[in-house]
Amino acid sequence: MLKLPIYLDNNATTPMDPRVLEAMLPYFTEHFGNAASRNHPFGWQAEEAVDYAREQVAQLIGADPKEIIFTSGATEGDNLGIKGVFEMYASKGNHIITCTTEHKAVLDTCKHIERSGGEVTYLEVQPNGLINLQELEAAIKPTTILISIMYANNEIGVIQPMKEISAIARKHGVLLFTDGTQAVGKIPVDVNKDGIDIMAFTGHKMYGPKGIGALYVRRKNPRVKVTAQMDGGGHERGMRSGTLNVPGIVGLGKAAELCRLEMAEDAARLSKLRDKLEQSLVQLEEAYVNGTPDSRLPHVSNISFKYVEGEGLLMGFNKNIALSSGSACTSASLEPSYVLKALGLGDDLAHSSLRFGLGRFTTEDQIDYTIKAVSETVLKLREMSPLWEMFKEGIDLDSIEWAHH
Amino acid sequence: MAYSEKVIDHYSNPKNVGTLDKSKTNVGTGLVGAPECGDVMRLQIEVDDASGVITDAKFKTFGCGSAIASSSLATEWLKGKTLDQAVAIDNMELVEELNLPPVKIHCSVLAEDAIKSAINDYRKKNGLEELVFEERIH
Repeated sequence: MLKLPIYLDNNATTPMDPRVLEAMLPYFTEHFGNAASRNHPFGWQAEEAVDYAREQVAQLIGADPKEIIFTSGATEGDNLGIKGVFEMYASKGNHIITCTTEHKAVLDTCKHIERSGGEVTYLEVQPNGLINLQELEAAIKPTTILISIMYANNEIGVIQPMKEISAIARKHGVLLFTDGTQAVGKIPVDVNKDGIDIMAFTGHKMYGPKGIGALYVRRKNPRVKVTAQMDGGGHERGMRSGTLNVPGIVGLGKAAELCRLEMAEDAARLSKLRDKLEQSLVQLEEAYVNGTPDSRLPHVSNISFKYVEGEGLLMGFNKNIALSSGSACTSASLEPSYVLKALGLGDDLAHSSLRFGLGRFTTEDQIDYTIKAVSETVLKLREMSPLWEMFKEGIDLDSIEWAHH
Repeated sequence: MAYSEKVIDHYSNPKNVGTLDKSKTNVGTGLVGAPECGDVMRLQIEVDDASGVITDAKFKTFGCGSAIASSSLATEWLKGKTLDQAVAIDNMELVEELNLPPVKIHCSVLAEDAIKSAINDYRKKNGLEELVFEERIH
């Protein structure tokens, strides 16, 4: 039976898997101990649970448990990873390379670094959403200490060539940080095969709880350290103080284990559904997929429907389907998606985009319903779009002098 | 942010969507906004030359639900009004009627601009001096 409303905003957050909740529950009540309490069974139980979760998380990304630092989420991880390197390696240099399509948690952290005397190079991306490796290598200077390139993009789902990026970083003795938020748990991520030195990710994008995340910090070849951004009791090998969020950590561990075991099956099923959705929707005239289909997360699709506006489009079905748009109207700022603009899309196409993020609990009948609802709304809104009428009459919209406001 | 019922109603059942014959001298067309800004409104009026009464109004809008609702409501209000009455329509009346939140006030401003622009197009076509309106920041 078709279940409404349909949630297709899994890049924003995922629902928690009931198996994760089940694993967490005892740690709120019975096993409430502080993992740092070394002298009694309450503390021992908590510590044991944390150790186990640390292994589960490490296993998902091919790391050693000692390389996992628990954080409050990916924003904290991005801050700790980037600022932590900037401070720890200040004697080596002050230059960081990142790219324009990163999440704000990375971009704003880099802005902070610039205000603190650092230098940041923001690489442009190609129209397919990927960075240009030659440009990356050319941007490296003697003062470069860190390359920060996200694993997969949150808006368009493109996967950056991590192995090639890390090879360049290694060659020049520069550390590689990646925001793995959208990739970890969805596609195989292996810190050793991928050559990642530091990586931030979070529970709530992988069917775990909100408010818990992890930072992977490499311990050998090379041994990496980051300067703590939170001072206190010296938890997490001194890199992140604060009493451990034991239920959250248990949940993150369980979520990581489920992702590791079910990733291949989930990805195969979701990429089929995503392809069905995408192939049906691009049957509509003037509909374009954003970001390269050749290197993309299996559950994400970003499509621009030219001549209709994204928020207007969402309104046609948002009682029953939860989606995001790159339209300015749906965000707090007045600008349309900077990620889509970075691909070279005009503001008009950025305003006309929808992001579909499928997830573990998405069903085929939900996708069928979505195809129908989105198609019908696009057609309906085009009937009332002056731009569509002009396009159909063969008028070049660029030839019109629009009154910008 | 939830939409008001009136916005939803105009969005679901827009009034007066369509196109009037631009080549007629008694049809005035206003095209305002820009695709880059995420909203474009085209509002047209057909005027009875003798009485100066607006006999028909049509719109097409590229934009969010509030922009569609503002233009739909504007066309409803225009029909039967004289040009003098139409020129006096203030965007805040649209805001009140549709319960638009502050972030959507620019949609109503755009609709007011579209009305004025259509009236001026009609005046120009009929050899009348264009009215001058205060510049507004959207």
